[in-house]
Amino acid sequence: MAEIRAEMVANVWKVVAVEGDAVADGDTLVILESMKMEIPVLAESSGKLTRLAVAEGDVIQEGDLIAVIE
Amino acid sequence: MAAGEWVRGGGDRVAGVPDSVLVANRGEIARRVIRTARRLGVRAIAVYSEADADLPYVKEADESVLIGPAAAKDSYLNVPNILAAAKQTRAHSIHPGYGFLAESADFAQQVIDAGLTWIGPPPQAIDQMGDKIRARNLMAKAGVPVAAGTQDPVQDVQEALQKAEAIGYPVMIKAAAGGGGIGMSVAADPDQLRKGFETARTRAERFFSSPAILLERYISSARHVEIQILGLADGQVIALGERDCSVQRRHQKVAEETPSPGVSPELRSRMFEAARKAGEAVNYAGAGTVECLVDTQTGDFVFLEMNTRLQVEHPVTEMVTGIDLVEQQLLIADGLAANIPAQSFQPNGCALELRVYAEDPVRFLPSPGTITQWDEPAGPGVRVDAGYAAGNVVTPYYDPLLAKLVIHGATRDEALERARQAVAGFTITGLKTNLPFHADLLNSSQFGSGDYDTSVVSHLRP
Repeated sequence: MAEIRAEMVANVWKVVAVEGDAVADGDTLVILESMKMEIPVLAESSGKLTRLAVAEGDVIQEGDLIAVIE
Repeated sequence: MAAGEWVRGGGDRVAGVPDSVLVANRGEIARRVIRTARRLGVRAIAVYSEADADLPYVKEADESVLIGPAAAKDSYLNVPNILAAAKQTRAHSIHPGYGFLAESADFAQQVIDAGLTWIGPPPQAIDQMGDKIRARNLMAKAGVPVAAGTQDPVQDVQEALQKAEAIGYPVMIKAAAGGGGIGMSVAADPDQLRKGFETARTRAERFFSSPAILLERYISSARHVEIQILGLADGQVIALGERDCSVQRRHQKVAEETPSPGVSPELRSRMFEAARKAGEAVNYAGAGTVECLVDTQTGDFVFLEMNTRLQVEHPVTEMVTGIDLVEQQLLIADGLAANIPAQSFQPNGCALELRVYAEDPVRFLPSPGTITQWDEPAGPGVRVDAGYAAGNVVTPYYDPLLAKLVIHGATRDEALERARQAVAGFTITGLKTNLPFHADLLNSSQFGSGDYDTSVVSHLRP
């Protein structure tokens, strides 16, 4: 199981993936926005996206859980 | 002008400048405008969002007004609230800074309609230069060199592919209403164009509320060189020098210098002439910047766009000319002759600006956080335009610019050496900054030699 957590305070601009998706290493899961920059959050391993913990418009803090891949 | 002159404040008002100015901006630029206003005896009014209440500019203004929540659309882009703040404080004029509403012709017109003085060019000039396609066509007509490209917005991928064939690859894909490098990309072949076109459209719609796209011939090795102009009250447009802004990451500037090491006296005089023509073509008044690309292979230049406002990197021009550009803006906005000493046309020495961003110095990813320590460097030729101080929170709502480190030297080598010491002497803790990147840049042989183009950052951070 791999947890993906936020590296910085950001707004969730777009949720690209859907819970239950099969994802490959490097796929874009979510796009964050911070300081006028878009930051794609990528899958760091291949597997099933069992959890997507954020929704569009959320403000997330450094360390917050974004997704779980199993 | 000695660096120390920037900190004087609260003087007697200089005859003819507006009685008061509301600065519709935040951070370092709000503070910088307030500084000049106070030096001239002009009452300075700050506006701020809930996220910015503790920033230095709010405290340094004579008065300050809360205009809304953190999100820019509810505060710094909230025209009714800004105009209400101006009314409440009996402000006589509005200075927009850069970004936010600075290039909104509609806002400029509303300011004028409210009976206030707009510290900027006429709304018509903002409008004419705001759309990149129109601006380029207008410049071509005025005799300013432009890059080969589309003369109308490109509607769809099919048309883009056709047009690119005629222009010749590689092509640059741009948002017509854009700025700040957002949505820009280079396509080397039809495949890349198909991908880049869709991305550019999505972003153009989201950031600039307009999906209009243009294509331009991409110059593979270019320097980004811009000319500072001033449109005087009598209609004359003067050129005050160039700035080399080739040090960029994600098409956004990180460091600037003047004079440009890549511009010969002959090229400089041609660029100045083109910049004056550009300004005159739109009846320009006040401070503006004509951005160009210089092809390092052919030595030719083309018009890129005109920024109808004060530029972030304006201090490098101030350091070598001794002119306070904000003072000139205030004078010109009130219909007065600018106060420019003749020696300004003979720039003195060299100046650099290093933009200190809240971002990691390797991948350049944003790094908001709380500043625990903030110690600015000082010394001969060192000027710091800072938006923050110790204890401030840097939020994710606005751009990552923390401060501008501006350095002057009699020669480029002296400026570089002073810059190295200033970077080493700047301590910011609590979040990541790009100061280590600036140290690497100043020590790199490519930047040191002056022989670099817009790819210099990618060589330092492959």
